Amino acid sequence: MNPTDASGIIGFFTNDGFAGYADALAGIVFLIMLATTIIGGIIACNAERLVRAVAGLALCFIGVAAIYYYLNSPFVAMMQMLIYVGAVCVTIAFAIMLAAPENNKKQGPPGPLSGPLGLVTAGLVTIGMIGLAVNTKFQAMPTVNMGEVKLIGAGLLTSYSMVFELVSIVLLIAIIGSLVIARHGRSK
Amino acid sequence: MSILSLHNSLNTYLILAAILFGMGVYGLVTRRTLVGMLIASELILAAASINFMAFNRFTAPDPTVGQIFTLFIMAIAAAEAAIGLSITIAVYRNYKSVDTEDLVDLQG
Repeated sequence: MNPTDASGIIGFFTNDGFAGYADALAGIVFLIMLATTIIGGIIACNAERLVRAVAGLALCFIGVAAIYYYLNSPFVAMMQMLIYVGAVCVTIAFAIMLAAPENNKKQGPPGPLSGPLGLVTAGLVTIGMIGLAVNTKFQAMPTVNMGEVKLIGAGLLTSYSMVFELVSIVLLIAIIGSLVIARHGRSK
Repeated sequence: MSILSLHNSLNTYLILAAILFGMGVYGLVTRRTLVGMLIASELILAAASINFMAFNRFTAPDPTVGQIFTLFIMAIAAAEAAIGLSITIAVYRNYKSVDTEDLVDLQG
């Protein structure tokens, strides 16, 4: 490339062909993340050992965070990584370590809904929801903004400040309550 | 519609949310321990959040509302996980088991 021709590389990044490649790449990454979410979910609800189920849950949540990114919400995607992958999965892993549910696993007859009947139940729920989603015509409204992070912050402190305070109180009560419940009987 | 432009259609996200919800229901009815059921319920909450975010992106006039709602769902889910796990640990102390078939004292 001629070094004095500054428009060459810029032209490559802005012309139509590159935009087409970028769209294709975005589509491929989206498909990978879709597969990650579904495979993680399958591991989370099917794995024999609960530690593997938690790992599958973390994988599923990473895929869900990527899907939030594709839905124009990088802030919520980051929060998903922080709260779900970083906090909830680790908390569940702690519970598995503390309660050790693997030690005395029951080998008795399974309940009536486990096995094929449970699969049929979940399949019917899924097919019903997919049919409802596909056959309904959703009306798109003209948007008034792009959903920027700045507007989320402004909304949390103005229109939704009451809900914000209530959620803070709920979280505080949950923390204190879980400490009280888990502390009971600690001395024995 | 090409398979590579799936991320621009509302139905993709709704179908994904339905599949996640179904897996959560399956886990909830087949798991025999409290921790396993808690993991399945987290899947159901994630499906609900994806539905909110999808409608927020494609149909809502103000796209900040759905994001704020999803943040509140996350806060409630974190509180639910903390409470549920502390109850699990308390149950384990008293019964030496978290198998749901052992916890039938309230059955009468």
